[in-house]
Amino acid sequence: MLSGVLLFNQKGELLIMRAFRQDMRPRLADVFRIQVISNAQIRSPILTLGSTTFSHIKNENIYIVGVSKGNVNAALVFEFLYKLVGLGKSYFGRFDEEAVKSNFVMVYELLDEILDFGYPQNTETETLKMYITTEGVKSERALEDSSKITMQATGALSWRRDNIKYRKNEAFVDVIEDVNLLVSASGTVLRADVNGAIEMRAYLSGTPECKFGLNDSLTLGAAGIEPSVGGPVGNISGNKATKAAAGSVTLEDVSLHQCVKLSSFTNDRTISFIPPDGSFQLMNYRATENVNLPFKVHAIVNEIGKSKVEYSIAIRSNYGPKLFATNVLVRIPTPLNTASTTHRASQGKAKYEPSENCIVWRIARFTGQSEFVLSAEAELTATTTAKQWSRPPLSMQFSLLMFTSSGLLVRYLKVFEKGNYSSVKWVRYMTRAGSYEIRF
Amino acid sequence: MSAGSNNDAKLFARGKVAELRLELNSSGGKKDKAFSTKRIALKKIVANMTMSNNDMVALFPDIVGVMGLPSLEIKKMCFLYLVNYARMKPEIALKALPILLSDLEDTNPLMRALALRTLSYIHVRQFVEAAAAPLKHLLKDNDPYVRKTAAFCVAKLYDHDRHMVESSDLIDRLNLMLRDENPTVVSSALAALMDIWERSESIKLTIDYSNASKIVSILPDCSEWGQTYILEALTSYVPQDTSEAAFLADRIAPRLSHTNSAVVLTCIRVILYLMNYIDSEKTIASLCAKLSPPLVTLLSKGPEIQYLALRNALLILQRRPEVLRNDIRVFFCKYNDPIYVKVTKLELIFMLASERNIKEVLTELREYATEIDVHFVRKSVRAIGKLAIKIEPAAKLCISSLLELVATKVSYIVQEATVVIKNIFRKYPNQYESIISTLCENLDSLDEPEAKAAMIWVIGQYADRIENSEVLLEDFLDTWADETHEVQLALLTATVKLFIQRPTKGQELVPRVLKWATEDTDNPDLRDRGYMYWRLLSSNPTAAKSVVMGEKPAITAESEKLDPVTLEEMCLAVGTLATVYLKPVHTVFRSARQRRLQDSPALQKTTLPSYQAMQAAKLVAEQNGTSADALAARAQAHRAGRNGDVLDEAGAYFASVGGQGFTNGAPTTAVTPGEQPGQMYVANQGQGLGTMQPTMHVQSEGNLLDL
Repeated sequence: MLSGVLLFNQKGELLIMRAFRQDMRPRLADVFRIQVISNAQIRSPILTLGSTTFSHIKNENIYIVGVSKGNVNAALVFEFLYKLVGLGKSYFGRFDEEAVKSNFVMVYELLDEILDFGYPQNTETETLKMYITTEGVKSERALEDSSKITMQATGALSWRRDNIKYRKNEAFVDVIEDVNLLVSASGTVLRADVNGAIEMRAYLSGTPECKFGLNDSLTLGAAGIEPSVGGPVGNISGNKATKAAAGSVTLEDVSLHQCVKLSSFTNDRTISFIPPDGSFQLMNYRATENVNLPFKVHAIVNEIGKSKVEYSIAIRSNYGPKLFATNVLVRIPTPLNTASTTHRASQGKAKYEPSENCIVWRIARFTGQSEFVLSAEAELTATTTAKQWSRPPLSMQFSLLMFTSSGLLVRYLKVFEKGNYSSVKWVRYMTRAGSYEIRF
Repeated sequence: MSAGSNNDAKLFARGKVAELRLELNSSGGKKDKAFSTKRIALKKIVANMTMSNNDMVALFPDIVGVMGLPSLEIKKMCFLYLVNYARMKPEIALKALPILLSDLEDTNPLMRALALRTLSYIHVRQFVEAAAAPLKHLLKDNDPYVRKTAAFCVAKLYDHDRHMVESSDLIDRLNLMLRDENPTVVSSALAALMDIWERSESIKLTIDYSNASKIVSILPDCSEWGQTYILEALTSYVPQDTSEAAFLADRIAPRLSHTNSAVVLTCIRVILYLMNYIDSEKTIASLCAKLSPPLVTLLSKGPEIQYLALRNALLILQRRPEVLRNDIRVFFCKYNDPIYVKVTKLELIFMLASERNIKEVLTELREYATEIDVHFVRKSVRAIGKLAIKIEPAAKLCISSLLELVATKVSYIVQEATVVIKNIFRKYPNQYESIISTLCENLDSLDEPEAKAAMIWVIGQYADRIENSEVLLEDFLDTWADETHEVQLALLTATVKLFIQRPTKGQELVPRVLKWATEDTDNPDLRDRGYMYWRLLSSNPTAAKSVVMGEKPAITAESEKLDPVTLEEMCLAVGTLATVYLKPVHTVFRSARQRRLQDSPALQKTTLPSYQAMQAAKLVAEQNGTSADALAARAQAHRAGRNGDVLDEAGAYFASVGGQGFTNGAPTTAVTPGEQPGQMYVANQGQGLGTMQPTMHVQSEGNLLDL
């Protein structure tokens, strides 16, 4: 497994170096600095030199590096590095150079706890916070306390403490969907899918057993089993739409938080779990069928000679008139040699951003069933190199409340607890743009 | 616990030994019950340790002095110091040993575990020996946290001194822990055993069905990491009965929905492994159907995990083509994908392309061919050309796409297209000559040797059909002296071809070129080939014609596949680093222990790729009248040859794209001595998976399409 963990700032200064095996030498830090940080050409998160492998991720302004020898489980290494970032955020608010420098002793302490001989150990924040704290010394703990911690750290419920008490028992459920779209220049939808997450904030006393109900008819991975024959795959409005009976949803795949009983989900699709305290991500899912696209974009872009590009962009909202999207932002790429632009929008404001090479069109509030148009022109300067403009895709950002692109609905959330208290549950839906790209 | 309540950033500065010593030893006054002066001094020391300020070693006696203070925070920092520097000053470190040993007896389990963990990190003989005896008790400690720490401790001691561990009963004791009631202890013991197994040939890890079944049953109670360790261990279980394998695969399948990609990929590895022992095609099909969605779901994770998932998809697809068969669209690149993700997606798109989706694929590839990253653009162009060869009915479509790209007149696109069009001519002789004229229009933009050589080949091959072929060739010959050997060789051959097909046009050129090739060069290949042509032409012109213009072996797009033996081995390593490189494990990591499919009554030998390859070879042999024995020997040799061949097949088909990128092999010398220097793999570093080592094959050799 891991031989060591290194943290660098952007300049390549070492912030943390912890060895877990004898084969981890201080010199390896220099090797990474030379080979990766100061190498502008590096194009891979994994670098193997001899038998030593450096796997790195970046977070804010630091590099987080796992050093290993031999053919280790790469997924484990990266998942661990992500987990370390998550822990850092939960402990210090953020995990950047400043936070690491301000808490370096603590980071060492955490590393010593969550890795043993390079093997990840318990990494649940809840448990770790019981005995690794920012508040100075807690060495003289009562003995029972310690054994409680050790039970917690090795037990089946490592994500939840005992004796949690709330006066008001509440659970908030957020269904957040990122809708991804790729439309070709000719207007065909190349791909449309949804990455969804159900995030939960649970403030519930005791050891509550929760049951979660989604749409009446939940199909999982139908596409994987019946091979669709002939014709282009995955057309959105075609034959598959007929299956979309009201209130049903088809999820391609789901992945569930550690706390969910996977076997009961496989058997009868019930999501039952004992939640961690506070906020966590209960479930991730992916849907590719019957994706409701909140916006339809029609873009006409004409290059007129070598001096001008004309744009006409029409965006139509495709959701109920009572809903409205906020923070709608459309990025319309312009050629690199754009000198100036003129634009006229029927709603919102457009602005040319030379540093990003695009016109940014902002619409603060986009009501359902409406259409807005932007017409613009970009004047180009003459260039000596006649390099073709690569026409990067137009992209959109937005967030839309009370709407799910996949059609997923939360039917119920039941909480069972010994104390038999009543609890309040809140559900919120939001659809955001993931990578919403339209080629032109 | 307010965010960032600590502000130790100011302590993160270079310090002097004398000052720190003073600070560490100052009493801090009576009020300083929490030893805050000492704590701050220690923090400064830890910071200096990080900055590799090795002067800190001098503080060793002082550190040992404060180690016994009743403050956990101080103790932890002292332990960290000890782990770091004990090897440099073993004699002083020994003074800390009694403190550690007494902490092993502490009533607090966290303390016992901490002391044990620290003690076993220290690579000093006395520490290792001192750890062995108390470890035996601690393996049976009544606290599970201590037991799981002790389990890993056995693997650590094995790393320090394997003879000591092998001669003791520690490994047996570790084995007994597999029956522990606590799931974390069991998974830790398994991880420790696997770690030991990995490094020692003398240890055999066997898991029978009842054990496998038992560890699978505790999966739900383990942490995500524990689940990964258990799943990894399951590949050591050899199913004796096909229904056992099927049953077990079914039981671990729910793990595919786990949110941790390590659990998911390791689970996929185990299921792929178990499938080798399952005879029912229906079961296999249903298992395969379960594998696609989680693989695709990993694409919504961070880019590094996406990359890993994609590399593994490349592998799995070759072993079980039914996985991912319908999912080509999810691999279309997003504009903002990191380049390493894009390049791998491109390879997957190429592999998944079929007659059915070729139109869609070509539109997509043409889109990529206008992107900014030159390397990616070249690969896209090359992929279009390869598709023309791979999918015969689509050749025409691919060629028209290529011609559209040539029309952009972007130099590197034209050059790349020229290279692949040459291969198309090889594959479909005398079919698409009409495009030669388009190519000829762009002669001037060719400045790379590979593209030039390709164009020259085309001119030579079709010298009788290109009206002004001798003029075109002469243009190229003008710069003969400045060309690379690759181009010179192509020119030589092309001139001879011209002479053979149109003697009147070539008679002037041939003697000139032959003279250059034989007299004015110091390249032996060029000289040899020059003499060969010369003798051939002067002694037997008819023979020369049949040799030079003879029929060439057909080319296929098969070269991008891994050879069957490697494929089988790699499937046992899904999710590991080797899958990123798609090379046999031991060519990347020499010391790695080799895994093979173990024989058992349930093993479905006839469905294994290696077996099928053997059968196919046998069939060919029988047709050719070769004896089966010779064949077996050849297969063996082939296997050995392949294993030694660092140029992997999967990446190689793209590998020949330009020589740009990362060719700097020298820095490897910076690696710690004792490692094999010069062996350097850089995935997707400019050229697919080519290796950078000069002593190994030149990268273009891996590309069978360049014959």
